[in-house]
Amino acid sequence: MRKNKKVKKIIQHTLLMIFTAIMVYPLLWMVSSSLKESSTVFVDAASLIPKGWHFENYVNGWKGFSGITFATFFKNSAVITVISTVGAVLSSTIIAYGFSRVKFRGRNIWFVCMMLTMMLPFEMVMIPQYIMFNNFGWINTYLPLILPTFFGAPFFIFLIMQFIRTIPTELDEAAKIDGCNNFGIFFRIIMPLVVPAMMTSAIFSFYWRWDDFMGPLIYISSPEKYPVSLALKLFSDPNSVTNWGSMFAMSTLSILPIFVVFFMFQRYIVDGISTSGLK
Amino acid sequence: MEIEKNRQVETEEVISNKPAQIRILRPKKKNKDFQNGVGYLFVSPFIIGFFAFTIFPMLFSLYLSFTDYEMGGTATWVGLDNYIRMFTNDPLYLDALNVTFFYAGVAVPFRLVFSLLVALALNKVVEMVGFYRTMLYLPSVVGGSIAISIMWRQLFGNDGALNSLLAAVGLPTHSWLGDPNTAIWTLILLYGWQFGSSMLIFLAGLRNIPKMYYEASSIDGAGRLKQFFSITLPMLTPVILFNLIMQVINGFMAFTPSFVVTNGGPMNSTMLYVLYMYQRAFRYFDMGYASAMAWVMLVIIAIFTAIIFKSSPHWVHYESEK
Repeated sequence: MRKNKKVKKIIQHTLLMIFTAIMVYPLLWMVSSSLKESSTVFVDAASLIPKGWHFENYVNGWKGFSGITFATFFKNSAVITVISTVGAVLSSTIIAYGFSRVKFRGRNIWFVCMMLTMMLPFEMVMIPQYIMFNNFGWINTYLPLILPTFFGAPFFIFLIMQFIRTIPTELDEAAKIDGCNNFGIFFRIIMPLVVPAMMTSAIFSFYWRWDDFMGPLIYISSPEKYPVSLALKLFSDPNSVTNWGSMFAMSTLSILPIFVVFFMFQRYIVDGISTSGLK
Repeated sequence: MEIEKNRQVETEEVISNKPAQIRILRPKKKNKDFQNGVGYLFVSPFIIGFFAFTIFPMLFSLYLSFTDYEMGGTATWVGLDNYIRMFTNDPLYLDALNVTFFYAGVAVPFRLVFSLLVALALNKVVEMVGFYRTMLYLPSVVGGSIAISIMWRQLFGNDGALNSLLAAVGLPTHSWLGDPNTAIWTLILLYGWQFGSSMLIFLAGLRNIPKMYYEASSIDGAGRLKQFFSITLPMLTPVILFNLIMQVINGFMAFTPSFVVTNGGPMNSTMLYVLYMYQRAFRYFDMGYASAMAWVMLVIIAIFTAIIFKSSPHWVHYESEK
C-alpha cells in the first residue's frame, strides 16, 4: 500500500514536470535563441543549447535602429510606466477610501458606474479619445498615455476597496474620537494599512503599462519617443530584420523587468489574483 | 454594494455618549452621518475621469458612428449608413466578425477547461506546489508583452522551432502561419498558453471547498468522478461565472497577437475584430465607420454578458442558498 502511494506520487510529479517543461519551453527557446549566432538561429531551431555563447547579440541589439539605442527606449518606457503607476495607485487609493468609508448620497450609483467602467474595454473609447487628444495637440506626447491614469483605475479601486473592507471600522471610530477627520483617518489609518493592496495594484499597473502596445502605437510617432514595446515591434518586422540573434536578445531584455518584478513580489501577485479574481 | 450596516449604529452610539449640549447644537440630520462634501471630494478623481474619458468619448463616438467622419475632414450626418454598410457591403467586416466569434468561441472554453484541469492536478500534489504554480504562471506574466507575440511568430514560422522539432522526428512540416486553416489556431494556442491567472483563481476556489463534503460523500460511496460533478464543479460555478465573463470580454478584445503574429493574414483568416477596427480607424482614418464598429462590438459583448448573467441562476451555485 505504501509503495503504491510512492509510485503514484512519482508518476504524478513526472507528468507535472513534463507538462511544466512544455509550457516553459517557448520562454527558454527565446532566451536560448538570443545567444545563438544569427545564421544558426533557424538551423537548429528546436535545440535549446546554443553552439557557442554569442553574447554579442545583446551588444548589437542594444544599438537599436536609426541611431537610437535601446537605452532610450528603456528610459521612455520607464518614464511612462513609473509616472502612470504612481498616478493610478494614488488616485485609486483615495477613491477607494471614499467609496468604502465615507457615506454620501449617490454613492451606490457612482459605484455601479465604476464597476461598469471596469468591464468597458479601452477599445470602446479609443477612437473618440484619439480625436479628443489630437485636438488638444497631444499626439506624439506621453500625455494621452499618462494623464488618464491619474483619475483612478476601476480595477485597482475595486481591489483596494476589497482590502479596506477587511479593516475593522472600530479603528476609524477610535481615530474620530481622538479628533481625526476623514483626511486624518485616510492618511494615518487606512493608507498605511492598505499598503499591500497598493503594492499589488502597483505591480499590475507596472505590467500593463510596460507591456502596453496599442496606446503607444496610436499616439507616439517619432522613434526617439518610442517605448520598448513599440521599438521592439519595429525592430522585429519580418521584412527588415536580418540579425535574428539580436532581435531575440532585445525581446529577452524587454521582458526582463517583468521577470524581476514577478520574482520579487510573487506573493502579492498570487494574493491579488486569488482575492480579487482578476488577472 | 455591501455597506457596513453596523457602522451607522455604532456611530450613533458614539455620538449619543457625548454630552447632551452637542446633540442639541447639531441638527439631527447631520448626525445621520452622510458626508456628501467629503465623499465627493474623495471620489472626485473618478467622477471627473468618468465624464472626461468615458462618458464624453462614448457619446462622441455614438455621434460619429452616424457620420462619415474621416480624420481631418468634416462630419456629415449619414444616419444608419455605416451600420448598413457593415452588414451588407463589407465582406471583410463579416469575415472579421466570423473569425472573432470562432476565436472567442474556441479559445475561451479551451483556456477555462485547460486551467481547471491544471488546477485540479496541482490541488492533488502537496510538494513543490509553489514551484509548479510559479512556472505555470510565468507565461501569463509575460504573455501580454510584444516580445511573446514576436517569439510566437518565430516559433511557428516556416523554419521555427516547431517545424524543426517535427523534422527531427521525421514528421512532415507545415506552414502554420501561412495556411489560413491553421493560422488562427496558433493564436488560440497563444491564448491558451496564458492560462496562469485563471488557474490561480480556480486553485483558490478549490482550496475553499470544505474537505468534509468529500469525506461525507465518500462515506456514501461516491467515486472520484461523481465527487467532481456533484461537489467540485458546483462549488466552483461562481468562480467559473466570473472567469467566463472576463474572458469573453478579453477574447473579443484581442488585438496584439493578431497584429504582430499574423497581421490579419493569411487571406484575412486571423483578422480579429479589433484589428480590423484599428485598420479602419488608423490606417484609412475612417473614424465614423470605425466608431460604428465599436458600438456594434459593445452591443455584442453586452448581449453575451447578459445571456451569461441571465442564465447564471440555473447553473451557478451559491453556498449561502443552501
